[in-house]
Amino acid sequence: MIGPHLLSLEDLGTEGIVEILNVAESFAEVERRTMKKVPALKGKVVATLFFEESTRTRLSFETAAKRLSADVLSLSVASSSVKKGESLKDTLKTIEALGIDAVIIRHRSSGAPLQATRWLDDIHVVNAGDGWHEHPSQGLLDAFTVRQAWAQAEGVDAASTGSELFQGKRIVIVGDIAHSRVARSDVLAYQALGAHVTLCAPATLLPPSVKGWGVEVSTDLDDLLADVDLVSVLRLQAERGSGECVPSLREFTNSFGMTTARTSKLPPHALITHPGPMVRGIEIASEVADDPRCLVTTQVHNGVAVRMAVLFLLLSGGSMAFTDGEGS
Amino acid sequence: MTTDYKLAQGTLLLTGGTVLGSDGPVLADVLIEDGIITAIGQGLSAPDAEVLDVEGCTVGPGFVDLHTHLREPGKEQAETIETGTRAAALGGYTAVVAMPNTDPVLDSAFVVRAVLGLGATAMAEVAVAGAITVGRNGQELAPMAELSRLGVVLFTDDGSGVQNGGVARRALEYCRGLGVTYAEHCEDLGIAAGGVVHEGYWSSKLGLPGQPASAEEAMVARDLLLAGELGAHLHLLHLSTEGSVDLVRRAKAAGINVTAEAAPHHFTLTDESIASFDAVYKVNPPLRPAHHGDAVVAGLLDGTIDAIATDHAPHTPETKDLPFDEAPPGMLGLETSFSLSYARLVLGEGLSMEGLFDLLSTNPARIAKLDAASDRPFGQSEQGGRITVGRTANVVVIDPRATWTVEGSSLASLAQNTPYEGRKLQGVIRHTILRGEVVVRNGEPTR
Repeated sequence: MIGPHLLSLEDLGTEGIVEILNVAESFAEVERRTMKKVPALKGKVVATLFFEESTRTRLSFETAAKRLSADVLSLSVASSSVKKGESLKDTLKTIEALGIDAVIIRHRSSGAPLQATRWLDDIHVVNAGDGWHEHPSQGLLDAFTVRQAWAQAEGVDAASTGSELFQGKRIVIVGDIAHSRVARSDVLAYQALGAHVTLCAPATLLPPSVKGWGVEVSTDLDDLLADVDLVSVLRLQAERGSGECVPSLREFTNSFGMTTARTSKLPPHALITHPGPMVRGIEIASEVADDPRCLVTTQVHNGVAVRMAVLFLLLSGGSMAFTDGEGS
Repeated sequence: MTTDYKLAQGTLLLTGGTVLGSDGPVLADVLIEDGIITAIGQGLSAPDAEVLDVEGCTVGPGFVDLHTHLREPGKEQAETIETGTRAAALGGYTAVVAMPNTDPVLDSAFVVRAVLGLGATAMAEVAVAGAITVGRNGQELAPMAELSRLGVVLFTDDGSGVQNGGVARRALEYCRGLGVTYAEHCEDLGIAAGGVVHEGYWSSKLGLPGQPASAEEAMVARDLLLAGELGAHLHLLHLSTEGSVDLVRRAKAAGINVTAEAAPHHFTLTDESIASFDAVYKVNPPLRPAHHGDAVVAGLLDGTIDAIATDHAPHTPETKDLPFDEAPPGMLGLETSFSLSYARLVLGEGLSMEGLFDLLSTNPARIAKLDAASDRPFGQSEQGGRITVGRTANVVVIDPRATWTVEGSSLASLAQNTPYEGRKLQGVIRHTILRGEVVVRNGEPTR
């Protein structure tokens, strides 16, 4: 059972993750039609509450909600009472009073969405990224994207594969792991689906402890390139102080950047993902970002279907009946 | 400056309790006349006396807290001297040392006098710790000689440690000359790097910035070296790591003049609590994995750590209902300190009741120079020690078998930030007697 909130991928387990990926596949199907909109959440009100800058995640969630026919309230911090000193709790209580069914929160503080669940009654909370903690919908869309790519390569229907295609796959997550919420959600998703995950970063950008994460840790990216199925490249979170954790950007790129030279050492089938926004020339070379094996735009595209699945499963009680005959 | 304290007039008789006397626990009645213990023995009687039946209870010296944030002046919405000392009395305390990180900081004679003045009529005796540096800025020394003439014997920049080793060394040296104690909140801010929880498993999993144990230990080590070199008395506040305990143990063996305290939350809670992202569990030093708490307990049992101190730190609901990293650190402690310590040290580790009173009363009284042997520079009555004839009646009566359930809203503090909400604890404070006045009777404050 999924819900009532989506705070951490840890709460979903393998089954929950696979269910969301499969529902997302049906929404991806819907998207390929001329009429992209379905009435699944007609009458529901979804609010987005972003306390941090975001382009793709916010747009993606709002597009997803609109395609499900939900009404969308979009609260941006710059125009809100937060600037006047209102607390997160009061902002949430205010939105609650407007009569919403779900709130999608991004906040610079780890745990803010979980705290929101204690302050709100009967409102679904979706974590759209909290501090260094988690970005669950990103973890889901990353898993969705690579499963689809692997399914295509094998000529099978992605939804029929469950977590099968992840078994034995070798995934390297490289870059600023310590300050990355994407890394934590990616690790939880890939681990739950059965892949073998290695975290690769300078020691200062690794989490202090990975006990219980079930991952391997390396500080030598070159050593990992020959035997890998997916390289997940992360941005250096300069705004969160990671700049101080490495001597220079040049040195970071020299050792951990996905350069053209490194990309050429990958097995031909290996894929590259990046959650965006990319800083070309730092963690990923421009040529690599534009390489067909780099799925960055596919990730953005898939984000909508995955977030439709998340909102649908949380808000509709999980019945998929509406999709049958929707096209007729 | 001496505070002219008043002894309560009248006669009080405690009957049938186990009295912690100078020759160990004895079953006896205790007679208190006009604020002084005048007789201890079986079958005492006194006409016109208020009689408190304390059968099954332990009668001992009132507790002394070396580390109380009374918040006045500056944050009177969270606590005042009046409400904080009421909480102290309910927790069995007859004296508290008020920490100087108020607004304004307790770094001038004027402010210290004001706090002592308000404390003179409070429900527990109020001693004051002065700031080491002006405004706790870590740079210029506060007028410690002037403050010491008012009776201040403990100096600390608590809330933060003195970051600059040169300033710390000079302050220790100056304190030695004055015969007062330099007390440190050990946290190297460079190493702590803005961490809001203990660095390790939980900080990594939850994506919260962590501060490593070494942030505390590095300053413990620095200060021990400085104190040893200068021959100054150093007191270490709220030790919370295995490494800190080990450093102090070795320093004491080497003859360094150091005392140390630990807070109940560091040996009754672990950093697993933060998984709820509830800022009620945010405290500085942070909650840590269990082995650190076990080391603190070992330190309390073998004398490495001299005292249990609460680090009672009230915060208003609106400041604790913030995202974890934005909320201020600190938790209430005065009313839960005894029960928590009793459960862990006496019931859990087999410490004697007298041993627990040493940690809660006698040793902290000595460190704050509030004991009978010291000249008690604030002019206050004697604290700690044992229940003996001729002593001022600063007494607590404990029912070690009774239980109670913690409710933040029922605590006397203005703030409600207890991390033990809903927890059932054993050991109840029945009565607290301050200079002969019953300030807590049957668990209720009398004023």
